[in-house]
Amino acid sequence: MSVAALLGALELGLIYAVMALGVFISFRTLNTPDLTVDGSFVLGAAVAAVLISEGGNPYLAMLAAFAAGLLAGCVTALLNTRLGIQPLLAGILVMLALYSVNLRVMDGRANIPLIDKPSLYRLFSGVLPEGTDTLACAFLVIVLIVFLLYLFLQTRLGFALRATGDNEVMVRACGIDSNKMKLLGLALSNGLVAASGSMIAQYQSYADVGMGLGMVVIGLASVIIGEVVFGTRPLWRRLAAVVLGSVLYRVVIAVALDLGMPATDLKLISAVIVTVALSAGGVRKMLARQAQRLPGK
Amino acid sequence: MITIEHLSKRFHAGTADEKVAVDDVSLHLEQGEFVTVIGSNGAGKSTLLNCIAGVCEADAGRIILDGTDITGMPEYRRSRWIGRVFQDPHMGTAYDMTIEENLAIAYSKNKPLSLSRGIRRQEREFFRERLAVLGLGLEDRLQDKVGLLSGGQRQALTLLMATIVRPKLLLLDEHTAALDPVTAAKVLQLTTEIVAESKLSTFMVTHNLQDALTAGTRTIMMDRGRIILDLKGPQRESMSVEELIALFAEKSGTKLRTDRMLLQ
Ligand SMILES: Nc1ncnc2c1ncn2[C@@H]1O[C@H](COP(=O)(O)OP(=O)(O)OP(=O)(O)O)[C@@H](O)[C@H]1O
Ligand SMILES: [Mg+2]
Repeated sequence: MSVAALLGALELGLIYAVMALGVFISFRTLNTPDLTVDGSFVLGAAVAAVLISEGGNPYLAMLAAFAAGLLAGCVTALLNTRLGIQPLLAGILVMLALYSVNLRVMDGRANIPLIDKPSLYRLFSGVLPEGTDTLACAFLVIVLIVFLLYLFLQTRLGFALRATGDNEVMVRACGIDSNKMKLLGLALSNGLVAASGSMIAQYQSYADVGMGLGMVVIGLASVIIGEVVFGTRPLWRRLAAVVLGSVLYRVVIAVALDLGMPATDLKLISAVIVTVALSAGGVRKMLARQAQRLPGK
Repeated sequence: MITIEHLSKRFHAGTADEKVAVDDVSLHLEQGEFVTVIGSNGAGKSTLLNCIAGVCEADAGRIILDGTDITGMPEYRRSRWIGRVFQDPHMGTAYDMTIEENLAIAYSKNKPLSLSRGIRRQEREFFRERLAVLGLGLEDRLQDKVGLLSGGQRQALTLLMATIVRPKLLLLDEHTAALDPVTAAKVLQLTTEIVAESKLSTFMVTHNLQDALTAGTRTIMMDRGRIILDLKGPQRESMSVEELIALFAEKSGTKLRTDRMLLQ
């Protein structure tokens, strides 16, 4: 595999890691499978693309995408907590609705090109050698986000959010509105996903209405690969594992492409990776349980 | 401290399965009163406590806690004044979080959640002190995940969490039922100590009639959603378990039956 391809995989891995951290918040911290992700990823890309193509600042565009994602997450959370719709179904509904919303945001176009528009990856161009400036930007963003998330999860509010995923009964018994925590968690999660979408749009120089397909599976794959390969404790390691999982996922894909796999098989490969990763956890537990049982007998 | 007026709760109202769980219950607890609640399976003990805690909504009646009408208040809001320990040791704690994180969440009952540091140094010291009182060695395991604790340790921790910010009312629903006898006795002893120390108004549901008479200051007996007996003072102090069983039979016209009855 070429150095350029490896570099590309690294860049993509870091950018998609922002999305994977969002998925981590809903799936792991909140313990809620949230399928809004496929829609909110495109929403972020669409919002940013529209703003940037109108001459907007790429950083502000990313912030706007984050805010739009927050809103999408709120809608899913409210469908769940206020209307009593199951989380899985609430996510699917919002994902579907977002398809239309995204097309509206993109003014009916299925694709918005961003060629020759300013992008957030230009921050270091001219300062760092050609080819590494994009990587440096992606790295900076992910380090910042991991750091903030790390701090947040150790505040009182962060504790309450984590506990909600663990045991809602306990959270309510401690005087905390578990519904508000779900709202906060899903909003934050989809905010990050949308921010990642805006970064991808800038990276590949276009936003496409279909670019979110299977995103939630990719996010989940990154989270699980990270857990299996890099571990889950302590907290900073857990967050770093999500990022590394995302990078590893991209490297695997790049290698597969390099070996001649047609790009159209990517989704199939994603699904297989998640299946393997999911069952790996289960198999490991099963083995551990058996190992525990044996000496006792 | 708490006044319950004509409280009623039925499940599946209007269907063939209609079940009256709590039937026109009125009760008043003075500050510091420790009431043990006994009765057969399905008598409505848990439902009564759940209505007080806000887990289920009463169909009729009012609940007034320390002058505030909490009847329609959401569960989480009244939890600020009500501490709870559940029968299931898994219910009271977040298993994937550490002991100190659990305590910190319980400790934030008295202030709004914020982006301030989860655990401050002096709070950690305070948690350590409180844990030491339990006598289970948990004070040296602040950073252990709760998932690693035994059932008895978890119930003791939940008890501490329920009382670390002094509640106006403590609700214990068979909180020792899932524990082995020795651990159950230990947790009950901790309960009476903590309740006495802070003079907490308390409801404790139990199937252990001996505990029902020795712990606390008052005993109520429920049958088919009603309070059929309210014992306190000298009458309660001189009562034996056998007399209590006989009294139940007399008042209800049936035998006291439960799947977890302990008569020792
Ligand atoms: N969520 C519910 N849905 C339907 N019926 C219920 C529900 N909760 C309780 N009941 C019914 O209400 C009645 C009272 O139940 P409750 O759990 O309060 O009894 P209990 O006195 O706590 O019994 P036990 O000693 O077995 O714990 C029972 O007939 C029960 O079947
Ligand atoms: Mg019960």
